Amino acid sequence: MNKLGLIIRREYLTRVKKKAFILTTILAPIGMLIFWVVLIFLMSSGQESRRLAVLDEGNILELNTGKTLRDNNSLTYKYMPNAKVEELRDNLGTEDLDGIIYIPKQNVDSLGALRTLNIEYYSDDQLGVTTLEGIKSTIANYVEKLKIEKSGVDENLLKSFDTDVHVDPKNADPEKAEEEVSSYRVYVATFLGGAMMFLIYIVIFVYGTMVMRSVQEEKTNRIVEVIISSVKPFQLMLGKIIGVGMVGLTQFAIWAVVFPLLYMGMGLVFADKFKQMQSMAEAPSADAPDASEITAIIQELWSFDYSEIVIVFILFFLAGYILYSSMFAAIGASMGDDQGESQSLTLIVSIPVIIAFYIGVAAIQNPNSSLAFWSSMFPLFSPIIMPARIVFDPPMWQVLLSLGLLIGTCLLFVWLTGRIYRVGILMYGKKTTIREMARWIFRKD
Amino acid sequence: MNVLELQNVRKAYQNHVAVNDVSFNIPEGRIFGLLGPNGAGKTSLIRIITTITRADSGTVLFRGEKLNNTHPSQIGYMPEERGLYKKMKVGEEIVYLARLKGLSKKEAKVQLDYWLEKFGIEDWVNKKVEELSKGMQQKIQFITTVIHQPKLLILDEPFSGLDPVNTNLIRDEIDNLHKKGTTILFSTHRMEQVEQICEDMVLINNGKNVLNGSVKGVKDEFKENLFQISYAGELPVGFNEHVNLISNKKEKLVIQLNANQDSNSVLKYLLENGVQIQSFNEILPTLNEIFIKVVGGKSDE
Repeated sequence: MNKLGLIIRREYLTRVKKKAFILTTILAPIGMLIFWVVLIFLMSSGQESRRLAVLDEGNILELNTGKTLRDNNSLTYKYMPNAKVEELRDNLGTEDLDGIIYIPKQNVDSLGALRTLNIEYYSDDQLGVTTLEGIKSTIANYVEKLKIEKSGVDENLLKSFDTDVHVDPKNADPEKAEEEVSSYRVYVATFLGGAMMFLIYIVIFVYGTMVMRSVQEEKTNRIVEVIISSVKPFQLMLGKIIGVGMVGLTQFAIWAVVFPLLYMGMGLVFADKFKQMQSMAEAPSADAPDASEITAIIQELWSFDYSEIVIVFILFFLAGYILYSSMFAAIGASMGDDQGESQSLTLIVSIPVIIAFYIGVAAIQNPNSSLAFWSSMFPLFSPIIMPARIVFDPPMWQVLLSLGLLIGTCLLFVWLTGRIYRVGILMYGKKTTIREMARWIFRKD
Repeated sequence: MNVLELQNVRKAYQNHVAVNDVSFNIPEGRIFGLLGPNGAGKTSLIRIITTITRADSGTVLFRGEKLNNTHPSQIGYMPEERGLYKKMKVGEEIVYLARLKGLSKKEAKVQLDYWLEKFGIEDWVNKKVEELSKGMQQKIQFITTVIHQPKLLILDEPFSGLDPVNTNLIRDEIDNLHKKGTTILFSTHRMEQVEQICEDMVLINNGKNVLNGSVKGVKDEFKENLFQISYAGELPVGFNEHVNLISNKKEKLVIQLNANQDSNSVLKYLLENGVQIQSFNEILPTLNEIFIKVVGGKSDE
């Protein structure tokens, strides 16, 4: 095995065998699992049913004519024409009563003049958001209907004023015009692009700083002098970057298998709960996506050309990681154990990553804007922005040009940072300035 | 044959010249002392020899060949500031460093077993380096330096921070390797260590060669014909007219002879005059004294 291989192997194995790696790799999916379970229970437990007595002193709602407030999953209304709040109070918390809705006499001549309906709610418990919103929407809907009825306007006529607009995207290229493109595609693409962008953003920071800390450690405990009497500093730096990068890929590969499995397992275990939630979501007041929308989104998810997306993602991911981690390595080599100095330099390197992320957020909303185009060409930004754009099918020449520029810059930076690393790693005791680091680039061996 | 030949080696950094026109040869199988005060350029010189950096000018020959990237595998280097990967297991770490020096996995394991057994520390194999005491770590460091059986062993201040037991242990190992024919470059600012251990030496100060030669030769060159005599009885009257008497305290005499006097005749003269001689020996200058004399007591320390 050659020396670079040995270094990569060590960097990789020592990390993968670490407890911290094993724990985070296993704990992250388990943490997600716990999060989902807790979320599901919270959402279902928040739907505790409440029985409410309705007292309408002024008979505004005209419930005595046989009309009823519509119950929903958690709230049931019981009209009590002759009851008084004082009497019912004592029954609160018993079997058939959780709260009292008291509608006082309103200060208006007719229902039509009513702008705000003031009601009072009596209960032993704090009024929760779900209950509050439930009561508000139920009564508001009811009053709206009542008003329409009173005004003599035909309800169907009123409904006919509402218009849904559906945009059906078509490809201008006549050859591709036949392809079915649904309007959901843009939402799905935004989500996919955003997810990839976020992942690369996180990776650059997490693994970049991992490289930096490892370099600092070698410098601080002085093993580096022994190592570079056997191998070139450049080999050591490269081996470290590749080894740590492989650790990242390993982690993703594990998650790529574990997460979908967990998700599917969850689906099976909590099938009932999901159904229940879905039925709740289908309640008329909520505007959650209906079943056909969900299937359309899933269909869209499958309609992407993943081979292209995955290849572009991996290429930009790797190039971006190498580009930034080489800079982090140079910082680590120059700064050693001077935490303060390395932090301020880390900040400088982080700025383009953060800017790229914000541009990326704008770019996925406007994937063909000139901002999106130019920022996806700029090598310090493109590792984050191009993967976000790729789901919107940018022209192939743009992808290739961006990749070419990125790889070129990447090689240049690895060379430059390698020069800084080589000198920095043997410097002790002196504070290093950025100017000095720049000078090291041109220093001979 | 010379394991190492340096000719007019020069290395400058931005603000100063670290190595300035240094030349010396290290013959095969010798223990060679690289002497000099802190900041004299020893580490810069060693970094050139270990190919960590390159000389600006001058030539370095390793066993007759111009120094190149294949040579580090024949060099073992223990830097003054020692370090190991703290989180690695002892066995893995030694094998890793040995393989970086070009040993195969199999060879590395064989050598690992040999050395662990030699130091009686077989049960450390699976311990992490950070669990070991500092002295124990020094042993591991030494093993990693010599495991690939280097032709040239470079030890930079090998005894700094060692307790007497470990110092002796390492010294014995240096002796063993020396007997097996390993050439050793021993870098230190402790002159007395060179006197005890080294056969040849070079003294550098401010990046320049100051002295070069065998330790004995250097000392001979700087001896001042001083002799110390312990005696009992009375000195012959007028003795101090014949020789230059430096001191005479408590029947201990220090004299200096001039070029045409020899020690035998002095001894003979004293014996004939009834002085009882208990010891008679030449005072050779210590390297420390030589150093102070040569560089005028000025060092960067």
